[in-house]
Amino acid sequence: MFFFFLTSGLFLGWSLGANDAANVFGTAVGSKMISFRKAAIIASIFVILGAVIQGSGTTETLSQLGSVDAIAGAFTVALSAGFIIFLMTRYLIPVSTSQAIVGAIIGWNLFTGHKTDFSILSKILLTWVSGPVIGAIFSAVIFILFRKLLRRLKLHLVVLDIYIKWGLIIVGAFGAYSLGANNIANVMGVFMSSAPKVVVDLGLFTLSGPQVLFLLGGIAISVGIITFSRNLMNEVGNGIMALSAEAAIVAVLSQAVVLFVFSSTSISELLIGIGLPPIPLVPVSSSQVIVGSIIGIGMVKGVNEIKFKTIRGIIGGWVLTPVLAGLLSFFALFFMKNLFNLNVGSEVEANEIVVPVAAASEQINETGSYINLFWPAFSLSILALFIFIIIYSYKQQKRRLAAERELLEKEKEYNNARKALTESEIKSIHLENAFLHNELEHKRKELVDYALSIVEQKEFFERIYDNLKSIREENKQDIRDEKIRQLEVEIGQRMSFNDKVDDFNIQIEKMHKEFSSRLSIQFPALSENEKRLAILLRLGISSKEMATLLNISPKSVEINRYRLRKRLGLDKGTNLIQFINNI
Amino acid sequence: MAIFKNANKVIDIIEEFFNTIDQGVLVFKEGVSNYLHGNQQAFNNNIATMAKLEADADSLRREIENKLYTHSLMPQLRGDILRLLEEMDDIIDTAKKNLFQFDVEVPNIPAELNQDLILLTDMCVSSVSSVIPAARAYFRTPETVKDQIHRVYFYEKEADKLAEGIKRRVFRQMPSLKLSEKIHLRYFTLHIETVSDSAEKVADLLSIMAVKRTI
Repeated sequence: MFFFFLTSGLFLGWSLGANDAANVFGTAVGSKMISFRKAAIIASIFVILGAVIQGSGTTETLSQLGSVDAIAGAFTVALSAGFIIFLMTRYLIPVSTSQAIVGAIIGWNLFTGHKTDFSILSKILLTWVSGPVIGAIFSAVIFILFRKLLRRLKLHLVVLDIYIKWGLIIVGAFGAYSLGANNIANVMGVFMSSAPKVVVDLGLFTLSGPQVLFLLGGIAISVGIITFSRNLMNEVGNGIMALSAEAAIVAVLSQAVVLFVFSSTSISELLIGIGLPPIPLVPVSSSQVIVGSIIGIGMVKGVNEIKFKTIRGIIGGWVLTPVLAGLLSFFALFFMKNLFNLNVGSEVEANEIVVPVAAASEQINETGSYINLFWPAFSLSILALFIFIIIYSYKQQKRRLAAERELLEKEKEYNNARKALTESEIKSIHLENAFLHNELEHKRKELVDYALSIVEQKEFFERIYDNLKSIREENKQDIRDEKIRQLEVEIGQRMSFNDKVDDFNIQIEKMHKEFSSRLSIQFPALSENEKRLAILLRLGISSKEMATLLNISPKSVEINRYRLRKRLGLDKGTNLIQFINNI
Repeated sequence: MAIFKNANKVIDIIEEFFNTIDQGVLVFKEGVSNYLHGNQQAFNNNIATMAKLEADADSLRREIENKLYTHSLMPQLRGDILRLLEEMDDIIDTAKKNLFQFDVEVPNIPAELNQDLILLTDMCVSSVSSVIPAARAYFRTPETVKDQIHRVYFYEKEADKLAEGIKRRVFRQMPSLKLSEKIHLRYFTLHIETVSDSAEKVADLLSIMAVKRTI
């Protein structure tokens, strides 16, 4: 039955997690500096640690405000507060769990007729006001120092970003710890008088009854963070003020310090030790403090950046929360008592003095029945470790496989590229070989031609020699004249070089086949002679040489050049040779 | 630590990227001057260098982009930074395109305009040379960015004035030129001017980015 009634507290814890984790990791997640998963894991661990290690101080104060002495009453009070928070979270209004639970406790006080301790209430209200103010002062001071430090260090943005990321994680962890320490009272405070009187031995450490409750509450908060805080983290991260990551570190740090100070018994005792008044250990709203901190930063930067509309909405929520929670608690208790006939708390007369049932700190020291959970806890931890190792190695394996696959694909790509390269190299070598073969053939032919020409020339000169000899020996004038005339004709024929010129033309056309075809495509009207002229011009042969090769006079070459220009459609300024070279 | 090693690598690449842009505009300046003075060989060399620098800048920008995403660096500012790098890359792209246009279109530029065009190129290059330290400052001392970018605006304005003067001169005081030549010259003045416009764009972006980063 106890655990059934505890569910409302756990529900409240869940709401707190869904709501207040956004104050700690909102900017970090909203600005995508840290992934939500990482933030949720860190926040969960540190919230539980804070709750268990340092949660007793604030719980004591809350018990003094109204010690809900029946488990059904505690259930109803926590349920009312939790419901209100859930409702407001649904509408993305960052509400304060502290105010909801205080409102609900006062509702219980009113219903059962317990007197509300106004000194405690005023202490709580005072911290509600002073919390944000101190948050603002802290954040302003830290911000100024931080800014000076950054300006002095002149870190490169890339390096600074890494520091900021780690800063956000560390400060977020501290913030989560302080949140757990300070706000666990809101979750489990009302159940303190019903806490089981046990001592649980977990091997490495022991937990008292209230600490077991804190642990359960902490776990509930963690579940809230993991399951429901994502949207609000983005809302806080992007809504109130366009916080830079640097400012977010300062805001969260100052909030964490404030929450830590208001929940640390050691600091309070230290102050008493040096003769100063103690710090009231009161659950403060983390939402209030973070807004205070942001205002502090805004004041240093210039207030223009703060979105006052959002802040007004949040403040409206704060006023609304305790009132609604109080009313709901009052009516819910009425129903619980009259409809289900449950004992929701001892009723007292208005003037009766109520002594708190038991302060939480006393309960922590109190020893009850001893439960040894060493072996279950040990085996559970081993099991968790085992599961973690399996999951981790599975993920590593998957990652390794993916990397190997990627490498393989890259290698394949590389091989393909190499293959293509080799193929093209082979092709070019083939081409080169073919070219060299042609060259060789050409040279061989040239050599043969040369040899033939030597033979032919030798024969020609021998013939002339013989003819001249016979002319000299000839006595008859007319036969002599006839022989001289024949010799003249033979030499004249030889001088025309027609064969050679034709050969030359064929060779040239072969060598400039591509150019010749380009020329034919671009200027289909060109005659063969004009094409030949163009090729000779491309070769850089002078007009005089051309005249010899074409067997025409230099003047005709000039006329042909002029005609070619006209055929190519060139105007006066254009250089013919340059134009032909560019074809 | 591996994470800092990666960060330092990214810093080195960013610095190299800035150096490439800086060299790119200097080559641009040299290229324009060589074209105007008819040093064809030197101009061809400038074009080749420019093409290489532009390709380098592109690949560096892509490498930075990859590294920022793979090592999930600066998620909040990444978008802005990549835009800045793109805009800066745009400067060298514009400069390269301009030099290539000189090479392709071979504008006929009267010798009396040489001095003015060289001065215009100088102004444009100065505006880029001033925006680079500002971009560097963004990464280390964002509060000093504003002190640096006013020079960019100054040079850009001067370039605007000079360009206008040249155009005015071409259209009003050079009757010997054909209209086509005048229009050609106008385009080339405009082309050179776009370099300083790109620098101004970067300066505008930087001033907003610096405000966002100033804490």
